[in-house]
Amino acid sequence: MAKQGPGSGTKYSVWSLARNALSHHENWTQAWRSPEPRPEYDVIIVGGGGHGLATAYYLAKVHGVTNVAVVEKGWIGGGNTGRNTTIVRSNYLWDEAAHLYEKSLKLWEGLSQDLNYNVMFSQRGVMNLGHNLQDMRDIYRRSAANRLNGIDSEVLTPADLKRMVPIMNTSKDSRYPVLGASYQPRGGVARHDAVAWGFARGADSYGVDIIQNCEVTGIRRDNGRVTGVETSRGFIKSRKVGVVAAGHSSVIANMAEIRMPVESHPLQALVSEPVKPVLHTVVMSNAVHGYVSQSDKGELVIGAGIDAYTGYGQRGSSEIIEGNIAAICELFPIFSRVRMLRQWGGIVDVTPDACPILSKTDVKGLYFNCGWGTGGFKATPGSGWAFAHTIAQDRPHELNEAFALNRFVSGALIDEHGAAGVAH
Amino acid sequence: MFIIDCPWCGERDQSEFSYGGEAHIVRPVEPEALSDNEWADYLFMRKNTKGRYLEQWVHSAGCRRWFNAVRDNVTYEISATYKPGDSAPAAEHAEGTS
Ligand SMILES: Cc1cc2nc3c(=O)[nH]c(=O)nc-3n(C[C@H](O)[C@H](O)[C@H](O)COP(=O)(O)OP(=O)(O)OC[C@H]3O[C@@H](n4cnc5c(N)ncnc54)[C@H](O)[C@@H]3O)c2cc1C
Ligand SMILES: [Zn+2]
Repeated sequence: MAKQGPGSGTKYSVWSLARNALSHHENWTQAWRSPEPRPEYDVIIVGGGGHGLATAYYLAKVHGVTNVAVVEKGWIGGGNTGRNTTIVRSNYLWDEAAHLYEKSLKLWEGLSQDLNYNVMFSQRGVMNLGHNLQDMRDIYRRSAANRLNGIDSEVLTPADLKRMVPIMNTSKDSRYPVLGASYQPRGGVARHDAVAWGFARGADSYGVDIIQNCEVTGIRRDNGRVTGVETSRGFIKSRKVGVVAAGHSSVIANMAEIRMPVESHPLQALVSEPVKPVLHTVVMSNAVHGYVSQSDKGELVIGAGIDAYTGYGQRGSSEIIEGNIAAICELFPIFSRVRMLRQWGGIVDVTPDACPILSKTDVKGLYFNCGWGTGGFKATPGSGWAFAHTIAQDRPHELNEAFALNRFVSGALIDEHGAAGVAH
Repeated sequence: MFIIDCPWCGERDQSEFSYGGEAHIVRPVEPEALSDNEWADYLFMRKNTKGRYLEQWVHSAGCRRWFNAVRDNVTYEISATYKPGDSAPAAEHAEGTS
């Protein structure tokens, strides 16, 4: 395949669809290769989630670094990328976070075209509800901060909410009355699997090797510099290794004797049986730890909060789901008789300031992109873009400078925990 | 959800307990003598290993006392709980399997 970018193999279009219909869709070429690992690469990315694949894509596309492998222990997108509730927004409080997430949102807006792959990005708006006076003060403050950063943000009253989402319970006597919301019209949702697949296909078309079922078991170092990775399929040499392993970041950091300010927690979500369109936007509430949207298939996609304890079990406690569903039913009484189809958990990597780490480390040539916790899906393109820069240039882009690991030493934390209601 | 054996009250539902994170982190005796790196290490850095993990719990809706537990954080099986100040039971294999 020519190393020319997305669509250089088979360009997806109405014409290729028609052409392939003639042969009963039996002759589509595979979207990416499954090569054997080569002995050496210029860059190895550990972790084939959206962020890792996006990193590889932008390394090739923006920086011309194409001798790259993405090494994934399972299947691509099988981690949090394929387990999340796909909410995309950029209305974060602090400048550093707002700029990074807004870069990402701008990339989302052109992503399907850029990748020649439909990631089904749907800008249906995102509401963050306020349930008490302090919530509302924070919402006004954050909305103002967003607008100063050029990010679209409005404050809605309960009457606005009732008009836009008639099925929402805005009565004053509910357990957590709805007093208003912040609203970002450009926010929305995307198809999670398609994001992984689109970036994989894009990266592959530049010559990046995507190696699945290959677990990294060690980080080989020599004299303080990385020399490659031990894997379940043998040693692979590289002078640059970028780790993008979400919930397993500490496990890999421990291999390189790097201390990480990260704890891994289970986070759950569930979907209902498909129903007719009832909810055209995304509704989130941090106070009651519930958020819901409706997929194009008609399923209600509902997210819960994290378990307080740490865990790697990709499942969570049932009482979390219970509390979550109670809140959703209080907010949307009409949902009380909807049946749930599936429930699952992912392992999220939580940092003390609820902000990610996109950073060089004390080991030369070893970079970490982690700590996205409960809310990194929205950042997939921007994170990959900034991390690719960090690896290719061996220094952070100004967008991710503040997200260095050493902020935990300097004390320059970016506290998005309370203020921005940083659930997802 | 799982059952936790409080060293004082016996077996209770996990929802009665609150989580306290990694166990056996010793508060520095002389915080002002620490370097920024040492302070960051104490305050923020966590082992977060996968597998056998030594961690703190508090029986919030019970006796309200703290204790430590040995929990496999993949299977969520708790193999022992012990009182603060007691040392952790010996591991059958090395801590943090992967
Ligand atoms: C239930 C749930 C709901 C969420 N909802 C939202 C939301 O609405 N909006 C939002 O923005 N974010 C949300 N998130 C967070 C979001 O999913 C993540 O922040 C984001 O997907 C992380 O992407 P990633 O590519 O870094 O991680 P992942 O997709 O988890 O990729 C990491 C990959 O690394 C691989 N790996 C790990 N160890 C190794 C190893 N040793 N060797 C090789 N490979 C390895 C894993 O198998 C995995 O595929 C949610 C998360 C969950 C669990
Ligand atoms: Zn007790």
